Amino acid sequence: MQLLNKRPESLVDMKMHYCPGCSHGIVHRLIAEVMDELDIRNRTIGIAPVGCSVFADKYFNCDMIQGPHGRGPAIATGLKRTTPGAIVFSYQGDGDLSSIGMAEIVHTAIRSENITVIFINNAIYGMTGGQMAPTTLIGQKATTCVYGRDPKLTGNPIKMCELLATIKGAKYLERTSVHTAPNVIKTKNAIKKAFKNQIDNVGFSMVEILSTCPTNWKIDPVKSLKYVNDNMIKVFPLGVYKDSKGGE
Amino acid sequence: MYQGIRISGFGGQGVISAGILLAYSGMVEGKNVSFFPSYGAEMRGGTANCSVVISSDEVTTPIVSVPDTVMVFNEPSLTKFEPLVKPGGLLIVNSSLIKSKVKRTDIKVLYVPCNKIADELGNAKIMNMVALGAFAANTGALSVDDIINTLPKVYKKLKPELIELNSKALRKGAEVLLN
Amino acid sequence: MAEKKLMKGNEALAEGAVRAGCRFFAGYPITPQNEVPEYMSWRLPEVGGSFVQAESEVSAINMIYGAAATGVRCMTSSSSPGISLKQEGISYCAGADLPFFYANVVRGGPGLGNIAGAQGDYFQSTRGGGHGDYKVFVMAPDSVNEMANFPRKCYEVAFKYRVPSMVLADGIIGQMMEPVEFKDHEIDVEKLPKLDWNLGIADGREKRIVNSYDLAEGMLEKMVLARLKKYKEIEEKEVMYEEKQLDDAEIIIVAYGTSARVSLAAIKMARDKGIKVGLFRPITLWPYPKKRLSELTDKVKHFLSVEMSTGQMIEDVRLSLNGKAKTYLHSKPGGSIMAAEDVLKTIEAISKKGAKEHATIK
Repeated sequence: MQLLNKRPESLVDMKMHYCPGCSHGIVHRLIAEVMDELDIRNRTIGIAPVGCSVFADKYFNCDMIQGPHGRGPAIATGLKRTTPGAIVFSYQGDGDLSSIGMAEIVHTAIRSENITVIFINNAIYGMTGGQMAPTTLIGQKATTCVYGRDPKLTGNPIKMCELLATIKGAKYLERTSVHTAPNVIKTKNAIKKAFKNQIDNVGFSMVEILSTCPTNWKIDPVKSLKYVNDNMIKVFPLGVYKDSKGGE
Repeated sequence: MYQGIRISGFGGQGVISAGILLAYSGMVEGKNVSFFPSYGAEMRGGTANCSVVISSDEVTTPIVSVPDTVMVFNEPSLTKFEPLVKPGGLLIVNSSLIKSKVKRTDIKVLYVPCNKIADELGNAKIMNMVALGAFAANTGALSVDDIINTLPKVYKKLKPELIELNSKALRKGAEVLLN
Repeated sequence: MAEKKLMKGNEALAEGAVRAGCRFFAGYPITPQNEVPEYMSWRLPEVGGSFVQAESEVSAINMIYGAAATGVRCMTSSSSPGISLKQEGISYCAGADLPFFYANVVRGGPGLGNIAGAQGDYFQSTRGGGHGDYKVFVMAPDSVNEMANFPRKCYEVAFKYRVPSMVLADGIIGQMMEPVEFKDHEIDVEKLPKLDWNLGIADGREKRIVNSYDLAEGMLEKMVLARLKKYKEIEEKEVMYEEKQLDDAEIIIVAYGTSARVSLAAIKMARDKGIKVGLFRPITLWPYPKKRLSELTDKVKHFLSVEMSTGQMIEDVRLSLNGKAKTYLHSKPGGSIMAAEDVLKTIEAISKKGAKEHATIK
């Protein structure tokens, strides 16, 4: 008998707390598979954010640190500068990365810290109960914009890949999605590249992953996948926004 | 022995470096010393001043509010510091730039043409050394030789010929004595 | 003993930290502490360390949170408003039991205040400072020489107990120059003991987690109580203070930092007038030397708190004396330094009214 698939070494054998239909579990697994394949688990330090993925410090089977909301890239800077041999990744949601942590992500890219950022964009605050995020779509309802996001009051959704692409130190930026199997594979390849870049000392790399939040979107998991396809991708086009080698 | 000193002038007149040199010389001579500069917003607008204490006892407060000696390098400094000098204390006035006369009669006043002497030696930048020379000769808090010996320790990158020039300025300043 | 050097307080602090093994610094410009990051920016690369000018104080403290998690001796510094911004991160470090060292070169407050030296951050420093139940080991230098030598003690305590430690200075001590003598030889960071909690290259060992949370019922309480035990041990073992001219004293001035220096000048003047005054200088502000102050009430019944704040440390004096002696306050807030002559007036007033009950002189 041949074992065809198994839990990655880089994931701890425990039940995750994520809601049915949430993308966090898929992305966790992809990161873990990449860590296994690149054989870096033994020297990786991950940063768990504030938000639904706060418990990521328990799920990944590598050294983990949980830090204040939005400050993952700053923590990563401290970790990487003091332990250059370690592989450091910061796992962040949209409120974390594009609202409270906007300064940290921008300046860490400017310094081109040699780290990997995994950015989960599900267009809403999850843990706190469905408030509007900087990435919430126009017209999308949230608990702090109950009639739908109105650009006259709250501006338009922030596009992080496009914004960071203007920064020389941002070496690799790609936006992917996990709403279909082919997109999951593409996402894994992007994550792998973002980690490989760090191994090769290329500099700052980030993968933005369009994700679902059925609970706070208040639609079922299958419709959530369709929502990503029909609505989110139009606002947040998938693709590579930057791919330059180190030293450029 | 206690000597509380204030030095004040425009930025670029060597107020801070003169203060550090004084404190360093005192330290080398085995005295207790402190140096405290004006900083931040106080420096904006072009004026600078500092406090120096040279004492045989422990230095308490480093900010000299009633100085034994004040050296003023420009007109606004005279206005600001003339009232602070301790009665019986010494006020050294850079008469090359300050045309006003000191009004107080309860203090000793020494007019020293610092810029003129420095120019004659060939370098306007060493006017602060002229003032220090006058300070040393007229207070006895330190000797001119003490300060000259300290020069290379404070200005490690200064060329020997410039050390020599600074020394000359100190000696020239020391020739200006109170009546 | 090494040769004496004339150094600025802030530079002495930075050099003292490097000699004590500091290899990472993150900070943000603010007066009057700018010489610390400026010095670190060239000094740390010399010893193989790393310096980051962060985009904000908030980022700086989180860089420290990351660096401290790897067990490297790291440091940040700031002045009052910047330290306020860092409080969330300091609370995280305390909650994650991470040792690190920071300095507050205090300026006048609240708000933007001014940039002169002050002592208005006493409560913030000694009560924890950020959110939650925690303490920081606080040392208050009163000279440039202590600025140079205290970082070493701060690192020792920080790593022994896994707590944040700090130097509470002020703009005057940060900006002034005085002779400095580094008491101890430079620490070889390669020879520091291996830690059993830090993150890094796992190399086959079990994964480690650094965090400050536990959502399970009753677990956070356990974590907080375990930390409390540690704090009690620090209160027993790590108190530091200095006493001057207490033998015959009838009045004791309690003062730290710059205020202690001015008080010494006032004590000299008072003694010239025949008033027997002495100085009690707390060196650690947390833990506060409560026990020793309490013992002193056996002989002395008048304690004067001299501080560049509106009456913050006096609360610790009162708690220490516990009603066994009278307390008085000489206060000079707002980034001003008290004149020794004015402190003398307060001493004289206490000396005259001393017999009266509940005499309080402001």
